[in-house]
Amino acid sequence: MKLKGKDLLGIEGLDREEIELLLSTAESFKEVSEREIKKVPTLRGKTIINLFYEPSTRTRTSFEIAAKRMSADAVNISVSTSSASKGETLRDTAMNLGAMRPDCIVVRHSSSGTPEMLSRYLSCPVVNAGDGAHEHPSQALLDMLTVRERKGAIEGLKVSIIGDIVHSRVARSNIYGFTKMGAEVTVAGPPTMLPVGIERLGCRATSSMEEAVRGADVIMMLRIQLERQSESFFPSAREYSRLYGLDETKLKNAKEGVIILHPGPINRGVEISPEVADGPYSVILDQVTNGVAVRMAIFYLLVGGAREEHHV
Amino acid sequence: MKRTALDDKAIERALARIAHEIIERNKGTEGLVILGIPTRGYHLALRLQKKIEEIEGVRLPAGAVDATLYRDDLGIKKDQPSLKRMEIPIPIDGKKVVMVDDVLFTGRTIRAAIDALMDFGRPLAIQLAVLVDRGHRELPIKADYVGKNLPTSQKEGVKVHLTETDGVNEVVIEAQQ
Amino acid sequence: MNRLIIKGGRLIDPAAGTDGLYNIYVMGGRIASIKKAESDDSEAGPGVEAVDATGLIVAPGFIDAHAHLREPGFEYKEDVRSGTQAASAGGYTAVMCMANTRPVNDNESVTRYILKRAEGAAAKVYPVGALSVGLKGERLTEMAELKAAGCVAVSDDGMPVVNSALMRRALEYSKISGMPVISHAEEPGLVNAGVMNEGPAATRLGLRGIPNAAEDVMVARDIHLAELTGGRLHVAHVSTRGAVEAIRAAKARGARVTAEATPHHLALTDEAVKGYDTSAKMNPPLRSSEDVEALREGLRDGTIDCIATDHAPHSTIEKDIEFDKASNGIIGLETAFSVVYGLVEEGALSFVQALAAMSANPAKAFGLEGGRLTVGSPADMAILDLNGKWKVEAARLKSRSKNTPWAGKELKGIVVKTVLAGNVVYSRE
Repeated sequence: MKLKGKDLLGIEGLDREEIELLLSTAESFKEVSEREIKKVPTLRGKTIINLFYEPSTRTRTSFEIAAKRMSADAVNISVSTSSASKGETLRDTAMNLGAMRPDCIVVRHSSSGTPEMLSRYLSCPVVNAGDGAHEHPSQALLDMLTVRERKGAIEGLKVSIIGDIVHSRVARSNIYGFTKMGAEVTVAGPPTMLPVGIERLGCRATSSMEEAVRGADVIMMLRIQLERQSESFFPSAREYSRLYGLDETKLKNAKEGVIILHPGPINRGVEISPEVADGPYSVILDQVTNGVAVRMAIFYLLVGGAREEHHV
Repeated sequence: MKRTALDDKAIERALARIAHEIIERNKGTEGLVILGIPTRGYHLALRLQKKIEEIEGVRLPAGAVDATLYRDDLGIKKDQPSLKRMEIPIPIDGKKVVMVDDVLFTGRTIRAAIDALMDFGRPLAIQLAVLVDRGHRELPIKADYVGKNLPTSQKEGVKVHLTETDGVNEVVIEAQQ
Repeated sequence: MNRLIIKGGRLIDPAAGTDGLYNIYVMGGRIASIKKAESDDSEAGPGVEAVDATGLIVAPGFIDAHAHLREPGFEYKEDVRSGTQAASAGGYTAVMCMANTRPVNDNESVTRYILKRAEGAAAKVYPVGALSVGLKGERLTEMAELKAAGCVAVSDDGMPVVNSALMRRALEYSKISGMPVISHAEEPGLVNAGVMNEGPAATRLGLRGIPNAAEDVMVARDIHLAELTGGRLHVAHVSTRGAVEAIRAAKARGARVTAEATPHHLALTDEAVKGYDTSAKMNPPLRSSEDVEALREGLRDGTIDCIATDHAPHSTIEKDIEFDKASNGIIGLETAFSVVYGLVEEGALSFVQALAAMSANPAKAFGLEGGRLTVGSPADMAILDLNGKWKVEAARLKSRSKNTPWAGKELKGIVVKTVLAGNVVYSRE
């Protein structure tokens, strides 16, 4: 039982069996976090580097807790500049990290593709913790775990992802993940935020909020970055909220028992109204709990086994 | 090449004897918890729970202790063993835990299971019940209750099959290539 | 006075319509005679260097209307010497080099410096002067001075001329300078930090896209300005079907417009970016298969005159970095012929069309000598083996930079020898 690749760079590269393996392993790990002694010796002596080129307290903390609960030594490196501005090539960066002999490197970067580019120079597993607008595989896995727990299965569900699709790595990873698991995925947002050819990823796309919500079993609201106003992706938070903000009125069209996910942090009153965010259908805190379990599962499957020699 | 070491009847008898021994040695059932090591140790634990209930009229708490995350061979095996059930039914502090496994071999799984158990609390005592002890210990570990001692060679494999998982009750010895 | 005979090769000269087995006799850097191969080779003899071209093609030396030789200022990427060596290894005997050096080639001293560096080089160098001072898009350069110093065209290549009035003035001025204005056509507002073609591939990779419209609107503007002014426009590195259509229509109306496309835009689509290969990052970006097909059609029907490399050397510090931070462009001089020959093999265009687009057409578009093989013309030749294959090995490339998407690939069609003014300046080992 293991993942086929050395790294976890995205959900696009996984098949359904691998996703199921990750989810079932994560389910087992949930129990560890419920114990009084939330620590198992599984990764004793392993070093995991969290290399964050983009500030993200939540994701970094979640990876760090996951590593520590498995007795790995987690080292956080926060870098505020790109390789480019340091006058260093990605090869230089990777070789320097590799020379510290880590057992895994978790990479978050604002430039799409950087974890993949680094992984080519590294013999240890690389985990993508979010790269640009490309992928955020651990987020999609925790979302799938949350939905599976609440709904029993993912197959056949209607999942709608609403918001700034064009800039969202969470959307891309979830489109791949949920479609591979047999759900029917719809993405929705203003036409300015629906990227060209998104349907080719296996989903439907619409700019109608009503259409996206109608009959949905799962609604995933994406965070809207207010800075996007300056580029006219939307005219104002008020206008955005009026059209695409999820409130109880719009939610009435959803299926009975709909659940609401949000990758956080929430802009209350913009993409999601406080009643909905705090309502009974919101599973946002489950997502956070599941995040640790999913990341433990990723480490277990990528780092726990015998070190294979990967030639680079 | 395989031969049956214990059949359905023999397994039943062995478990019945172990149930009696547990009660006798602990002078009753006070403070006992039965935890099986998945997969088959867990089913054996449930069977022992039932047998003790038949004898004493007391249903002991039973559960599972998965030793996978505590194994010492994780960094050696190429494939990751899948995680099993971890189910500690009541706090184990001050309890006498009877751990149950199907086959006692090197002792490494038991070591891992003891470590796992310690993360859940401080039991008064841990006892070990196994259906089969096939020898070849690599750690100083000894079972308190043994269904059957089966002297084997390292080259042989001992397989326990149970109706719950395999549709049949038997212990077989297979010659491995 | 050097004397050379090239014997037994198949001479193909699109300009003169020649195609047959000939012996070519060269004296004093020019072609002295061309005789049927079966005739006697009485011109051969002591003191005459002989090249046996049996089984090979003899074509006019290629002329690249678009290269970046990086000197002065960026010699760590390329210089005139290494760049012209790369050119001759690719069968090129002449290269037009763009003005985005440091300092910018916006005055005669820089032009003269480049030409000085090109003395004795493996290919002729024709500098392109800047259109605006410092490529800033504000004031016109002194174009008569640039021309007198040796420039053959003006361009702010690398940067679009955003100010339409400035473009208008440049085109008006081209009527007296006689130098075509080369347009790097992109509307920066639409490029908007895009790093690859806008489309499904960009969506998948999470990279910001550049729509075709960014090129289309600028090409349309420049054509309108050329027609308004009667100026001479050359559209660089056409990449979109919209631009091809606009140029085709403009030519039909009689506008003074020529255009070029690069081997990579003719051969690759935006799918090549997959895996975040910065060797597939350039500006304009690699486009869709529909665009590639339109470019090929444009070459076949003459809408696109030239195949130009847009040879853009970059070192690893510009390329082996985050995709969106990496510099645009790839080297092209050494692979151009083989890539174009691949298109010929695919049936995208005829071999004669390919040779014309790489020699006679750029010569004509920019009024350069060469590009033909007739008696009296410069003895600039590429000797080609169409059956041979070669593997592109970064270490063996003559260019100082190695940023090519064809690294490690096997290509068909080998440049065996390159002859410049009657001297063999390149022989493949």
